Amino acid sequence: MIKSRRQFITKTLALGAYGITITTGILHSPIVAAKWLKQRFILSDYDETIAHLFNGETLIDNHNKIKISRLPNVAENGAIVPIKISSQFKNITKIYILVKNNPHPLSAEFEISPAVEAEVSARLKMAKTSEVVVIVEADGKFYRRFKKVKVSIGGCGG
Amino acid sequence: MADVGANMSSIKIRTKRLNGKTQIRTLITHPMENGRNRDEQNNFIPAHHIQELWVEHNKIKIISCNMAGSISKNPYFDFLLKAGEIGDTVTISWIDNLGQSDTKNHIIK
Repeated sequence: MIKSRRQFITKTLALGAYGITITTGILHSPIVAAKWLKQRFILSDYDETIAHLFNGETLIDNHNKIKISRLPNVAENGAIVPIKISSQFKNITKIYILVKNNPHPLSAEFEISPAVEAEVSARLKMAKTSEVVVIVEADGKFYRRFKKVKVSIGGCGG
Repeated sequence: MADVGANMSSIKIRTKRLNGKTQIRTLITHPMENGRNRDEQNNFIPAHHIQELWVEHNKIKIISCNMAGSISKNPYFDFLLKAGEIGDTVTISWIDNLGQSDTKNHIIK
């Protein structure tokens, strides 16, 4: 009884919030938010994740118009690794953050409207020393930049 | 299960106007368990993390973020709006993998 009631409440909440997302999306939004897609977040191999996300598109590497800052060279604590991404590209629609050696490399994907500057900060968990990979989509092209972070104490548990 | 947002909002929003632009900073109280940590009895703690977060400026969605459990506990984000006036509303909402959610309005001062 309690279990089914709880399930009912959780589902109602989920559906309600999803409904709001859809309505605001259609009525007002210049961006149509991509739904949270499980597949891309559960892949455990970096190359597979890239293949799944970009479907063979060319990724242009090490473009100096992508700037990664705040990200330390050595992270004492892998549970909180700050990162700031900024870019001079115009018409940026998406920003992806991946941690190559994490159990699941994709950390976050941001979709931004033209009302927002290409400047985003977040905090990541890193299981071990790894390259952090930032991919930016601008005008239908994909640009990638890497930065290696040495992790002293991993932050992904397990 | 954490009673997220029962009394106090789980979302903190700060805005700052900078040369006509508006910086939005947000801090969200959330365990962000990725399902790989163990409790004291050595059992896995079930995954409990935010999946989607979105930001609206005057009811128009401007940022949407999908994330994994590899975003830090109590996630912090900051963004920079190209415009933004005093009195504008910034709304931030999230929903997690258990269907819990929260939303908060903030007026730019």
